[in-house]
Amino acid sequence: MEPFLTLTGLVAPIDRANVDTDAIIPKQFLKSIKRSGFGPNLFDAWRYLDHGEPGMDNATRRINPDFVLNEPRYRGAQVLLARRNFGCGSSREHAPWALADYGFRALIAPSYADIFFNNCYKNGLLPIVLSESQVDLLFGAVNAFPGFKLTIDLERQQVAAPDESMVFHFDAEPFRKHCLLHGLDDIGLTLQHADAVRAFEARRLAEQPWLI
Amino acid sequence: MPKLARTLYDKLWDAHVVRAEADGTVLLYIDRHLVHEVTSPQAYEGLRLAGRRPWRTGSIVATADHNTPTTDWDDGIRDPISRTQVETLDANIGATGAKAYFPFRDKRQGIVHVIGPEQGATLPGMTVVCGDSHTSTHGAFAALAFGIGTSEVEHVLATQCLLTRKAKSMRVRADGRLPAGVTAKDLALAVIGRIGTAGGTGHAIEFSGSAVEALSMEGRMTLCNMAIEAGARAGMVAVDDKTIEYLRGRPFAPAPELWDRAVAQWRALASDDGASFDEVVALDASALAPQVTWGTSPEMVVSIEGRVPDPDRERDAARREGLERALTYMGLAPNTPMTDVHVDKVFIGSCTNSRIEDLRAAAAVARGRRVASSVRQALVVPGSGLVKAQAEREGLDRIFRDAGFEWREPGCSMCLAMNDDRLEPGERCASTSNRNFEGRQGAGGRTHLVSPAMAAAAAIMGHFVDVRRLA
Repeated sequence: MEPFLTLTGLVAPIDRANVDTDAIIPKQFLKSIKRSGFGPNLFDAWRYLDHGEPGMDNATRRINPDFVLNEPRYRGAQVLLARRNFGCGSSREHAPWALADYGFRALIAPSYADIFFNNCYKNGLLPIVLSESQVDLLFGAVNAFPGFKLTIDLERQQVAAPDESMVFHFDAEPFRKHCLLHGLDDIGLTLQHADAVRAFEARRLAEQPWLI
Repeated sequence: MPKLARTLYDKLWDAHVVRAEADGTVLLYIDRHLVHEVTSPQAYEGLRLAGRRPWRTGSIVATADHNTPTTDWDDGIRDPISRTQVETLDANIGATGAKAYFPFRDKRQGIVHVIGPEQGATLPGMTVVCGDSHTSTHGAFAALAFGIGTSEVEHVLATQCLLTRKAKSMRVRADGRLPAGVTAKDLALAVIGRIGTAGGTGHAIEFSGSAVEALSMEGRMTLCNMAIEAGARAGMVAVDDKTIEYLRGRPFAPAPELWDRAVAQWRALASDDGASFDEVVALDASALAPQVTWGTSPEMVVSIEGRVPDPDRERDAARREGLERALTYMGLAPNTPMTDVHVDKVFIGSCTNSRIEDLRAAAAVARGRRVASSVRQALVVPGSGLVKAQAEREGLDRIFRDAGFEWREPGCSMCLAMNDDRLEPGERCASTSNRNFEGRQGAGGRTHLVSPAMAAAAAIMGHFVDVRRLA
């Protein structure tokens, strides 16, 4: 996993609550057995006017000009600003895969669904939680200033506008933060405790042999 | 000193902690790993690339369910991309092994959350995970069961553990008797309507109270299945006699010589008197009517006696905009009585409502009646091959067919429309599934979530109707 240290990136807004993972990446694209290539189908049903299927040439499809990410001013955005309960619904990790493949490195919202939140951290995508009022301020700024960027510093747990007119602190669990800062493979970390797992397992299966 | 009163969730959690980090991150041992074709291929590939093997194949129960067709099984899977995904699962399980694998066309194949309990592969006291958010279903057996992403599927395959943190606890207490015609699905939708789709975020929900105790195991599975639609990764119900009787004699239930020992341990799987919860929600089950969703989120739900809401009455601008967007997508006018809403299709199935009790409830409504001529398609998709066989032994397939329903092979089907069963743009469906998101059952499709009896009633009448008035 790519480490996440600091990022200064263009911000794009999705101004609706309860954006679900079916919207982020529709089911027909879940048939892939790969982890990559989902970016062109991120928000497929909102982004295109025609119906998308795997294998289509997305370059020839009809773009929905009213969808916010299709506005030229948001091209190259790396920070997605969203509303509450972002990523609700299914556990599909294809959702963060699609967001990351599109180019997003960080998300900012008042809240996320639990499974989606976990999945983001596993893919170098930083889901930042700010208060409703802070998120409101950011929506105001994004709408008012084309080219609005934010600088995100994971070590300092801080989101800042370039002119420092807004500087917000965010929480990050120490373990997740450590893994993301260093791009650590958490399977490798867990396997450092393989003996403890083996001992636990032996005891548990002896006490409850029907689990074997 | 007296022992601290613990919740069921505390007990399940404590029993699986291998080690804890200073910040509260825990290495949690996983007893049962359910695997299906959509969220596992990348995990197996990751494992292979790292030169790793599954830690304990005896924990794995696998099946193909999301992509499988529900007709013409002799023709195999026609969609080549779907077929590749299912064959990839065949190959992965074939190469590394599992306690049990129910491949496409096996007579025990079915929706992973139906076959786990059906096989006795889900047991009280277990941690159960699957790369599927509706894993919460298995909490009906006093298991700690929750959905995970594909990276976590790989983590569990490689280490038999998850790195995770304890959630907060919520008790949803439903007392009183559910009126006749009001089911576990209605209770689940009412809970979601009350607390919202993010109401349970960050929490594990324990469902309790006399209305929950009165539910069958099938009903409890329906209720726990929908915990995730309230935002809670896990839902659970304490062990009682029904739990134990359901499991007796199932293929993977404890062997006879271990049974009494297992039952003695399971009996402790309930919250202690005086255990405290971070949140408590109480509902009067006796006051509930059948529920119908009207919008594009499960929290957008009303009683069948209600109407489509009027955005003009919503003061909060953002919420009003959300209501308007949902009404536009759903093609509904404000204040329309729900009983005036006509349907094009009906879907009875999914991990929420495809068990034998669900099919019996729908068949009781369909018996001796006909699907309305305005309804283009009414599907009944059993949750597993064994549910299908049981229903056929009871003659339910006959009842459905005679009434004009299609009787299909088992699978996830039109719940998420990864196979050929789907809504066309603009079509409206009465569905017993769990999500009414935009496009969930097919691009442009409009989903209304209801119980199996309510779905059958909508099929017969061609519009939503209070099933209690149909008797």
